Amino acid sequence: MPTITVIEHNGQDHTIEVQSGISLMENVLSNSVPGIDADCGGACACGTCHCFIAEDWSELAGTADPMEESMLGMRPDRTETSRLSCQIQVSDAMDGMVIRLPEYQM
Amino acid sequence: MNQPQQLPDPLTAPLEQIDFSDPRLLEQDAWRPYFARLREEDPVHYQAESPFGPFWSITRFDDIVAVDSNYEVFSSEPTIIIGDLTDDMRVEQFIAMDPPKHDVQRRAAQPVVAPQNLAQMEPLIRSRVVEILDNLPVGETFNWVDDVSINLTTQMLATLFDFPFEERSKLTYWSDMATGSPEIAGGDTSPEERIPALMDCLETFTRIWHERKGRDDGGFELISLLQRDPNTADLVDRPMEFLGNIILLIVGGNDTTRNSATAGILALNQNPAEYDKLRANHGLIPGMVSEIIRWQTPLAHMRRTAKHDVIFQGKQIKQGDKVVMWYLSGNRDESAIDNADSFIIDRANPRHHISFGFGIHRCMGNRLAEMQLRILWEEIMRRFSHVEVVGEPERVKSNFVRGYTSLPVRVHPL
Ligand code: HEM
Ligand code: FES
Repeated sequence: MPTITVIEHNGQDHTIEVQSGISLMENVLSNSVPGIDADCGGACACGTCHCFIAEDWSELAGTADPMEESMLGMRPDRTETSRLSCQIQVSDAMDGMVIRLPEYQM
Repeated sequence: MNQPQQLPDPLTAPLEQIDFSDPRLLEQDAWRPYFARLREEDPVHYQAESPFGPFWSITRFDDIVAVDSNYEVFSSEPTIIIGDLTDDMRVEQFIAMDPPKHDVQRRAAQPVVAPQNLAQMEPLIRSRVVEILDNLPVGETFNWVDDVSINLTTQMLATLFDFPFEERSKLTYWSDMATGSPEIAGGDTSPEERIPALMDCLETFTRIWHERKGRDDGGFELISLLQRDPNTADLVDRPMEFLGNIILLIVGGNDTTRNSATAGILALNQNPAEYDKLRANHGLIPGMVSEIIRWQTPLAHMRRTAKHDVIFQGKQIKQGDKVVMWYLSGNRDESAIDNADSFIIDRANPRHHISFGFGIHRCMGNRLAEMQLRILWEEIMRRFSHVEVVGEPERVKSNFVRGYTSLPVRVHPL
């Protein structure tokens, strides 16, 4: 199984085994890493699964489509590397990827 | 369609004879079987006649999410409630704007309610909650709505705007005036009362704006934040937009939180086993707060207007049609929420409800509302073994605000 490292805002890191073919959000939740709320359950409609993709991995994670872009636009703490984790399908190629979680979700 | 004396029978009346915008459905708490029937028989339903003109009702959870997320087709302009604006008072607010204007204004206001600011406000909010609860008349019957819910949310609002504390009851009054008119949501407020009230609101906040501008002390309340953001720095020069945004923040943070603060008491009294669970484990409070907000659905609907013809779930929606998303109904949709009619304080996924809407207009104050209610419940449980409901609640007459005007209670200290 590929692994991904998730770093909480307080610096605490978790290397989790991930399942390909489902979203990054679901993988983080099923590994009980705190910091993702996912209020809408992955419909790209709440913005509470926000994360930051470490630089080297952003290409592999892909780019936000217009709907995700409009949800990201509402985030006060949005950066260049911001993504909604429910919109990223995990693949085997993501083995070793690093993501950071924001201070809060809203 | 004139509203008949009596509500039609929810199970046998032909669907075309039911007016889903009738404010008595909420006032009499009669809405459940009507919307259950729509979800089952005609979840995307066209009503040809109503006091507010024809409109579509969207009643299932997933369909509501789809409409709410699709601002390209389903516009928030010119307004987001079922009734149209009255021409004499066109207030502009970002809840009723589409991108890009919506995004610009919301971005300016949003940081004030970001969780790290909320954390700074928590001690002050807690101290106000404590004071309210410590002054309740033990051994007497009183109205929870006035003495706790309204009192608390008004203090909260005054804090958010740093509004003169002695005059804070004006905030509640203006909020009621903004949402209470018959043409807007079926309430009883007359334009003679409403328009002067809103003008008073505008004048008061204009004065506060200028005073604060002079002070320029880097404060962290809403007015200063609006002034510091280049996009809204001159908002005061656009009075209807200024008023609209102020009203939005007052109404947004007032009725909704107020009615949730009452709903929790009612729901726990109606579900004693859940109250016992809570007594045994105060750690359930955060999840319970979300469940209260779902169960109550303080705003029954939001409306959109179709920007062009579209087929939605097999129905032909025409350009210009009103499309009403019934959050109230979405929150009772069994295909999205298990045992949707039940009040269960320890649900696995309590935030998966539709009371805050979804998409780019999703409630900006959702974490603030949750925090206020969490603090309220933490302090209630520290003091009272039971907040006992001793009479029937009275409910607001509206098809938009789902709330209470009174709930008689007695408190039993630990
Ligand atoms: C339990 C309490 C609350 C409920 C149920 C609630 C509900 C809602 C709903 C349904 C919407 C529209 C969502 C949509 O169209 O998709 C909304 C928007 C909004 N709410 Fe709340 N609200 C609550 C508390 C608050 C508070 C405390 C504030 C104060 C800051 C607030 C401020 C706003 C604002 C500014 C908007 C407009 C957002 C936009 O258009 O982008 N709300 N709220
Ligand atoms: S879970 Fe709601 S946007 Fe990702």
